[in-house]
Amino acid sequence: MKRPVWSAVAFAVIVAGLCGVADAGDRYITVASTTSTANSGLFKDILPRFTRKSGIEVRVVAVGTGQAIRLARNGDADVLFVHHRKSEEKFVSEGYGVKRFDVMYNDFIVIGPKNDPAKIKGVSDVVKGLSSIAAATAPFVSRGDDSGTHKKELALWREAGVDVKTASGTWYRETGSGMGATLNTAAAMGAYTLADRGTWLSFANKEGLAIAYEGDKRLLNLYGVILVNPKRHKHIKAEMGQTFIDWLVSDEGQKAIGDFRIGGKPLFNPNAPADTR
Amino acid sequence: MHGQVTIFPLHTKNLCYQIGGKRLIKDISFSLSHGTKTFIVGPNGAGKSLLMRLCHGLIKPTSGSVECHAVQTTQKCKQAMVFQRPVLLRRSVAGNIAYALRVYGVEKRRHREIIEESLRQVGLNRFSKHPARSLSFGEQQRLALARALALKPDILFLDEPTANLDPAATHVVEEVIEMAHLAGTKIIMTTHDLNQARRLSDDILFLYRGRLKEQAPTGELFTNPKNDLAQAFVKGELLWWRQRPLSPDCDAHKDQ
Amino acid sequence: MTDFSDALTTALTLVATMDRDLTEIVLLSLRVSLTAVAIAAIIGLPLGAALALLRFPGRKVVIVLMSALMGLPPVVVGLAVYLLLSRSGPFGTFGLLFNPGAMILAQVILVIPIIASLTQQVTEDLWHEYEEQLQSLGASTMESVWTLLWDGRYSLMTAHLAGFGRASAEVGAVMIVGGNIDHVTRVMTTSIALEVSKGDLPLALGLGLVLIFLSLCINMGVHSLQTVGRRWQR
Repeated sequence: MKRPVWSAVAFAVIVAGLCGVADAGDRYITVASTTSTANSGLFKDILPRFTRKSGIEVRVVAVGTGQAIRLARNGDADVLFVHHRKSEEKFVSEGYGVKRFDVMYNDFIVIGPKNDPAKIKGVSDVVKGLSSIAAATAPFVSRGDDSGTHKKELALWREAGVDVKTASGTWYRETGSGMGATLNTAAAMGAYTLADRGTWLSFANKEGLAIAYEGDKRLLNLYGVILVNPKRHKHIKAEMGQTFIDWLVSDEGQKAIGDFRIGGKPLFNPNAPADTR
Repeated sequence: MHGQVTIFPLHTKNLCYQIGGKRLIKDISFSLSHGTKTFIVGPNGAGKSLLMRLCHGLIKPTSGSVECHAVQTTQKCKQAMVFQRPVLLRRSVAGNIAYALRVYGVEKRRHREIIEESLRQVGLNRFSKHPARSLSFGEQQRLALARALALKPDILFLDEPTANLDPAATHVVEEVIEMAHLAGTKIIMTTHDLNQARRLSDDILFLYRGRLKEQAPTGELFTNPKNDLAQAFVKGELLWWRQRPLSPDCDAHKDQ
Repeated sequence: MTDFSDALTTALTLVATMDRDLTEIVLLSLRVSLTAVAIAAIIGLPLGAALALLRFPGRKVVIVLMSALMGLPPVVVGLAVYLLLSRSGPFGTFGLLFNPGAMILAQVILVIPIIASLTQQVTEDLWHEYEEQLQSLGASTMESVWTLLWDGRYSLMTAHLAGFGRASAEVGAVMIVGGNIDHVTRVMTTSIALEVSKGDLPLALGLGLVLIFLSLCINMGVHSLQTVGRRWQR
């Protein structure tokens, strides 16, 4: 091969590779969301309906709630769609977000080995259940990643009066990773963990795990959606972002969420107040 | 001197070279005239190759100077060098010469003609498109020679070009050198083969331990050497000289 | 151990049916990594050759640094690129984040030290051989760099392969700067990570097998090119 041939090949690769690397079409928005919504398949199910209707493509970056909020703060997403009400309200009050909308909810559940070594099946509330896990020093796997689930879990431990910080590394293990990876770890270790119902239902590697406790009011898992404040970041696609939010809380969007099922079971319950519809 | 036609294409003045505190070339001055084949001879470690590299400009002298003048023009004189082991680029036979021509700044449209001519000179034209490194060692050396001659140098340096060759290949190389000489190229060559020096050279620089001991026409050096080291060398007795460290003669030379 | 046979079946089915999502992911992976390697080569090749033939104070330090950077953790590079490209970062206005461009940039940074370092090793050997001859012909430094790169091209393919291997196998950097967005920035490694987190281990492993298969094809292609070229390399 002659030298021009080599140069041409390299040039062609680079030109082809770099085509449309930056924002090419503008008809899209970026949504920072949580792994629980993305991994469960909810977005794959409902987003095409929105895109068909509005012509707006929705690009979802699925990370933990903590990281999603940081992305939105930096202006790297147009819409924030997460599940930790306190952080969301703080995000809005600090001026990073425009307004928080209720979208949907489901619940957290305590997952554990089928033989339930800490005997928490049938306890009266979740705090008692966690206390008995701690008392039995049964292995418990925590997300440890500042996600919505992790924050909820820490709040429950506080209520139970268990200091998990000092226990970390013994019966209490922090994986520092997503819900799926944490469930994989729990499956491998035969450990308890706190999970959101959506991820659990869509999770494939349930090996030896089962729901150990569910149904406490405290375990409510609320999802909210917020438009990132265009006053903070000029490039935010406010109009399209708001269109998406309006659709999510509309009758059509709410129905789409409610209709999403895995194995016949609904994963999320729409709860946008009627006046926003 | 500049801007004039000169009959001395190469001068060195008080040339010294040292590395790591070791003096390898000691105060060498000489002038070489155009139109002769000059051989640099001496025992191993005398500094023959080093002196040649200093003259060619591959290494910078510690002190002293090398001056080189073109024969007919006021331009910087053109030099080329052939090494003991031919260094061929990983290209075709013709590609090796084309590369040298390009680096030398020869017009592209003349390349083909020059390549053909120089390959014919060394008898390699039928290998033109072959990978250079697939040639035999002797052919590789001929190609190196063709590449050097393609540049039409005023001075051609040859560092033991036949040291690793069999008699047949040596003969071809010697013929090409002779041809270049007849075409007007100043030949400067090192060798440890005294017969070759006697056969081919017009004048000789005799080096010993980094010093120039004698510069003389070939006939004179072989029949009537003035320097006793040179005498010993042409007789093949230099080994014996080196084994007598207390020789008063040696000490005398050291004090020079 | 059924996971492994499941994985193999999954991989074969995916390849055999030319799964559309898979094809898209594979093409994006190739596009991102090949572009990154090509750009890294444009920078890394001359850099490596220059390191091989230039003598300057601190040269050894640069060489050691360069080979140490071969082990740069992708996550760190991803984070650094994220901070640079974030809308709040210095290059935020370009809107490269969560686009293939950001992934290419991160991989370029990962691959440059590999190509530069291996190029330096290959060309340094060549330079030992060529130095006096090129000097004798009067080749400039620039000219010498190109000569070394051109004459070492078949050996240097290995450097590109190593770079491509690094780029196509890493997940840390592309995950952070690409965001693993479906149909936009989802590549082989991030989809494997995603399937692991969904607990679909056979699918993840199957995708892994496809990745290995791809890498195998590319390596075979380059090696046969090298074999053809080797007769010039004696």
